[in-house]
Amino acid sequence: MPFEELPHTADWCLRVWAPDLPTLFTEAARGMYSTAGIKLVETGRIQRTFFTTAPDAEGLLVGFLSELVFLLEKDHLAFDDIEVQVDVENAPPFRLSASLCDASVLTSGKAIKAVTYHNLNIHPVRQGLEVEIVFDV
Amino acid sequence: MVTRQDLTQLSDYEWQIAQSFRGDMRGPVRVFSSNALLQDILGDKSLEQAVNASTLPGLVGDVVVMPDMHQGYGFPIGGVAATRFPDGVISPGAIGYDINCGVRLLASTIELEEALPHIDRLATLLDKYCPSGVGVKGVVHVNLPELDKLMRLGADWAFQNGYAKENDLIRTEENGRLEGADPTRVSPRAKTRGLEQIGSLGAGNHFVEVDVVDEVLDPKTAGVFGLRQGCLVVQIHCGSRGLGHQVCTDYVQGFQSAVQRYHIQLPDRELVCAPMDSPEGQAYLGAMRAAANFAFVNRQLLAFSARRAFEEIFAGRLKNRQLNQVYDICHNMGKIEMHMVNGKRIQVCVHRKGATRAFGPGTPGLPAEYLQTGQPVLVPGSMGTASWVLAGTKTSMDISWGSCCHGAGRTMSRAQSRHEIRGEELRRKLESRGIKIRAGSLSGLAEEAPTAYKDVNAVVEVVVAAGIARKVAHLRPLAVVKG
Repeated sequence: MPFEELPHTADWCLRVWAPDLPTLFTEAARGMYSTAGIKLVETGRIQRTFFTTAPDAEGLLVGFLSELVFLLEKDHLAFDDIEVQVDVENAPPFRLSASLCDASVLTSGKAIKAVTYHNLNIHPVRQGLEVEIVFDV
Repeated sequence: MVTRQDLTQLSDYEWQIAQSFRGDMRGPVRVFSSNALLQDILGDKSLEQAVNASTLPGLVGDVVVMPDMHQGYGFPIGGVAATRFPDGVISPGAIGYDINCGVRLLASTIELEEALPHIDRLATLLDKYCPSGVGVKGVVHVNLPELDKLMRLGADWAFQNGYAKENDLIRTEENGRLEGADPTRVSPRAKTRGLEQIGSLGAGNHFVEVDVVDEVLDPKTAGVFGLRQGCLVVQIHCGSRGLGHQVCTDYVQGFQSAVQRYHIQLPDRELVCAPMDSPEGQAYLGAMRAAANFAFVNRQLLAFSARRAFEEIFAGRLKNRQLNQVYDICHNMGKIEMHMVNGKRIQVCVHRKGATRAFGPGTPGLPAEYLQTGQPVLVPGSMGTASWVLAGTKTSMDISWGSCCHGAGRTMSRAQSRHEIRGEELRRKLESRGIKIRAGSLSGLAEEAPTAYKDVNAVVEVVVAAGIARKVAHLRPLAVVKG
C-alpha cells in the first residue's frame, strides 16, 4: 500500500507516495479511508463529479479530501473507484476534477473532523511524489 | 528543534524560550511544567509549535504553554497566545477545529451509597439519551432559520425552548452566548454538518462521565461551587461538532490567500491569519462566535439529556436528585479580553487552544457568586482516572493570560495506543475497578486509554505550584460514556 500511518500525538498523520499527482490524490483518499476503518457495502453505485480550485497543489489536496470527509459525515458515503485530474500547469488558481463512484459505508471506526495544512508539502521523491497529511480526529 | 539547553528556568515550574531563540519570534514562550513533564514535552514538537505561534503578527507578551501540552497541527494543544486588538491578527488554527470544545460540570446531593446500585443502569440511560459515536444524529431537529437563531442566541435559545434553567446560563462562561455571532458568515456546508448533530456527543475524546466528589480540599469554595464530598457529579466534554469543524476548515482555506494579501509570512500554513479589523478577520470572528454558541447549546442539550437520565433513575427513590450547574468552560476559543500589559489595561484577543480560562477573584465577567472565589476551572483526567475542580487565581491574570490547563494531555500517539492496547481488555480492567463503560468503538476506547495520557495529578501540581489555579475538589469516575 502506498501509504503508512506515522506517529502523531493526538491526531492522525499519513504519509502517501505515488508516481504522479493524480495518483497521489487517489492514494491519499484510500489511505484516509483505511486509517478511518471504512468498510463499504456493495450496493448500486452512483457516479458523481466534483470540482475544486486552489492556489496550489496542497490546497487542491485539502479541498479534495475535505469534500470526501464531508460526504462521509453527511451521507455516509465513501469511494473506492476514484479518478482524479489535476491541472497545475497553468497559472493559479489550479483546478481539480474528480470522478467518483460512491458506495455506502458499512462501518466506520473513527470520525475525521478535518484535513489540516500542517506541514503539508507535496515534494518529489525517488518513486515520484510524496506528502504527509495530518488529520484532526 | 527545541532542546533542554534552549530553556531558561525561571522558577521550579516555569521555563522560558527567549525571543532571541529564533529571528522571526515576536515574543518569548513561557512554559509551565515540572522537570519530569518536560521530558515528555521535549519528546514531541509542541515547543517548536509554541515558537511558531510566537511569530503571529500583533503578538502581545508571552506565548504560554500549559503542562498538559502536546503537539497539535500548527499551534500546540495547551497553548495560549494574545494578539493586539483590533489590528493584530486572529488565527483560526490557533483556536482549533472544534471551536468551543469545552467541559460542563453538574453537581448533585445524591450520595454515592444510595446511587451505587443504580450506576450501571444510569450509564445505560446516559448512553441512550446522549447520542455518541461516528455519524450519530442529535436529539433536537431544527430548520435552517432556527439554526441561525440558535447560533445568534447560544444558550439563550436553549433557555427560551425549555432546555435550560436560568442558573445554567449564569454559571456558563460568557453566559453561554458570545455577542457578535454572525450566522451569515457560516457556510451552508457548515450548517448542513451541524443541522443534524444538535445535542450529540460525537466521538473521539468526548464523553459524559459520572463521578463522585472523592475529596474536598477547599470546603468554603467547594460549598460556593455546590460540590459536596461523597456526592455525584456529571462532566460533559463536547464541542461544536461538524459545524465548528467546517467553520475552521473554511477559514483556514480562505485565509491561505489572506496572508498573501496582508503580506504575512508564517512558518506553518495552519497558522494562517488575518488582521482582526480586516473584512476577513471580522468574518471569521462572526463565524467563530456563531460556532461557539452552537457548542454552548450542544452542551446544554446534553445536560438536559443527563438530567433526564437522572430523573428516570432516581425519581421515586430520592427527593433531592437535581443536577445543578457548577460551570461550563471553553478550551478552544478566541476572546477579546482586557488584560494588564506593561502597566496598562488593554484589549487583546486571547487565543486558547486546549487551554481553559481561569479568571481569578474580582475579575469582571464572572458570575456574582464566583467573584470572591474565582471561576471554577475544570480539569478532566483521562478516562478512568481522576479529574479536578480548581479555582482561578489573580496570579493567572498576571502570568498566563488568565488561563490554565484543560486536561491530562496525550503522550502516546493514537496509532501506538491502538497497537498496544486492546479495547475489550481495557473495558474489562476499568469495569473490574467499578467504572461502568459504554463505548461505541473498542478501537476508539483503546485510543483513549489512561496510559496514552499524562498523569493529571502531575499536571495539576504544576499549575497549582505556579499559582495559576488552586485545588478545590478531586473527582473519581464511576461511569463513562464515549463515542
